[in-house]
Amino acid sequence: MKKFSTHLGIAAPLLKINIDTDAIMPSREMKSVSKVGLGKSLFANWRFLDRGSEKEKLNPDFILNQNEYLNATVLLTGRNMGCGSSREFAVWALVDYGIRVIIAPSFGAIFFTNCIRNGLLPVVLDEKIISTLSNQVVLNPQDNRINIDIEGCRVTGPDGIDHLFELQEGDQAMLLEGLDAIDVTMKLDSVINTFKAMDLIKRPWAYLG
Amino acid sequence: MANTLFDKVWNDHVVMEQEDGSTLVHIDRIFLHERTGSAALASIEASGRKIKTPSHVFCTMDHIVDTFPGRTDQTTMPGGSEFIKVTRDLSLKENITLFDLGDARQGISHVVSTEQGIALPGCTMICPDSHTCTLGGIGALATGVGSSECEHALVTETLRFTKPKQMRVIFMGEKQPSVTAKDMILHLIAVYSAAGGSGYAVEFAGPVVEDLEVEARLTLCNMAVEFSAFTGIIAPDEKVFNYLKGRPYAPAGESWAQAMEYWSTLATDQGAHFDREITIDCKDIAPTVTWGTSPQHAISIDGKVPALSSDDADSNHSMEQALIYMGLESGQMIEGLPIQAAFIGSCTNSRLSDLRVAADILKGRKVSTNVRAICVPGSTQVKLAAEKEGLDRIFLDAGFEWRESGCSMCFYAGGEGFISGERVITSTNRNFEGRQGPGCRSHLASPATVAASAVNGSITDVRKLEHLT
Ligand code: SF4
Repeated sequence: MKKFSTHLGIAAPLLKINIDTDAIMPSREMKSVSKVGLGKSLFANWRFLDRGSEKEKLNPDFILNQNEYLNATVLLTGRNMGCGSSREFAVWALVDYGIRVIIAPSFGAIFFTNCIRNGLLPVVLDEKIISTLSNQVVLNPQDNRINIDIEGCRVTGPDGIDHLFELQEGDQAMLLEGLDAIDVTMKLDSVINTFKAMDLIKRPWAYLG
Repeated sequence: MANTLFDKVWNDHVVMEQEDGSTLVHIDRIFLHERTGSAALASIEASGRKIKTPSHVFCTMDHIVDTFPGRTDQTTMPGGSEFIKVTRDLSLKENITLFDLGDARQGISHVVSTEQGIALPGCTMICPDSHTCTLGGIGALATGVGSSECEHALVTETLRFTKPKQMRVIFMGEKQPSVTAKDMILHLIAVYSAAGGSGYAVEFAGPVVEDLEVEARLTLCNMAVEFSAFTGIIAPDEKVFNYLKGRPYAPAGESWAQAMEYWSTLATDQGAHFDREITIDCKDIAPTVTWGTSPQHAISIDGKVPALSSDDADSNHSMEQALIYMGLESGQMIEGLPIQAAFIGSCTNSRLSDLRVAADILKGRKVSTNVRAICVPGSTQVKLAAEKEGLDRIFLDAGFEWRESGCSMCFYAGGEGFISGERVITSTNRNFEGRQGPGCRSHLASPATVAASAVNGSITDVRKLEHLT
């Protein structure tokens, strides 16, 4: 995974609440076991008109299709972002499309973890702050960029005002150093085996041959 | 110290507390399915890592397989057979137990895992599927994860979690007989919102929950994720123990006795602390149905589609969108709305007891000529058991299709779906835009409401359906 410490990016406000992973990555777009190349399916039902038919074209009303938001890497969304299905394909699609940061008042729990595991930063900020940021962004999306600093846990708006957010140390380290969570845990294998040996005495019935 | 049920199961699985406040938790069982499990298996294969304990890992085919009678590896979903083949090959290679097509144990993962005694009280279990919380219904600590986390659990037998806050939802009071677990959970989400459980592990408790049969408890916990909870859990009791006894992977003999001893301690202690407590009086719950595109858009069957509230612009906006998508207006009655399709299936409501309730209503009746009605049993075992009782005949005679087991049209994967603009009454758990087909309008309800509505051709209050003699 790539290391990730700061990011200055064009932000697209998509201020819907309860954006579910079916909307981020529709089921029928998941055509293969592979994670690669899913960006073209991101928000497919919103981004395209007549998806899959000969008449298919980009939906000019959808924010990511508008010129002002070309190369957007930050999403500002409503609360409960990424709720619904656990499909990691949704995060793979966001990453593949080029999204690096999502700022929302709250996230679906599984989605939040999936983001961290894939180097996509989920930032929780107050609804009011997000609405302020979005008001600034829309005035001139290409220039009014948002800066995110993972080390300082700080989002800086186009007006230069800082907003702090919380991030668990482990998650922060994972992103900053580009660590792989499995590698990190595999180093604890002996601790895990010790736990198992004791657990086997306590709950023998939980172990299958 | 007084502990909650959740504390007890959690504490016994703590491998290590991390400095940053997260916890490395031991995972007892892992269940995979061909859609997201295949990605985890493929990724392990590519990394050259190994599954730590293959005997604790199970896999089924449920999401992508067709449910038409006589199905094969070929699917109506383009490219679907690749998922099936990759899953089969890698399951074999990794030496994990696969419930393949044609296996009498095949079915929807969350139905199979209790049916086979794989999920157990006091065990931790994960599956790369958000409805894994279903298994809290028998007292397991079960939660859905993404494919990367699943891979982590496969390789290390652990996952890193931050311990969630805890909530207890107590269902008390007089519940009408026609009100089911599905109506209870829809009611909870309608009142406390789809994000109401965010950050919490939710214990469902109270006399009404204790009275519920095991399968109904699974329905209740199934939709904990629709409440945004980390999971749902219910204290296991005699009913659960009787249900599990003799199941293929459940403990047996001496092991059963040891398990029972442990399981009998799995209840919340008097005075244990919950961060939040909600009490619901069940006399306030009627058969409940959704009108919109979030499970929180639920109302009682005799209610009206709500008006926009003045103080929340975001939710007004999402309500407006939902009304447009669903072709409805504020103030409209939900009862009597014509439907074009009816679906009984999914990990929420497709167990034998669900099919019995629906069959009871369908017996001697016919599905309205304007309605396409489909029943998909939750597992092959459920299907066989239903056929043994003659339920298949009742469904078929009424005009329902009778399918092979799987997720089927609970969600649209690019193969089979309901038609755009069609209104579907469905026993599933998600009414998101396009969930059951692009443009399709889904109304979530209990199997009883689905059956009654299929007969009338419109959304029906099951309490008003005349009883045949
Ligand atoms: S039945 Fe529906 S909700 Fe349940 S696991 Fe399958 S697709 Fe998911």
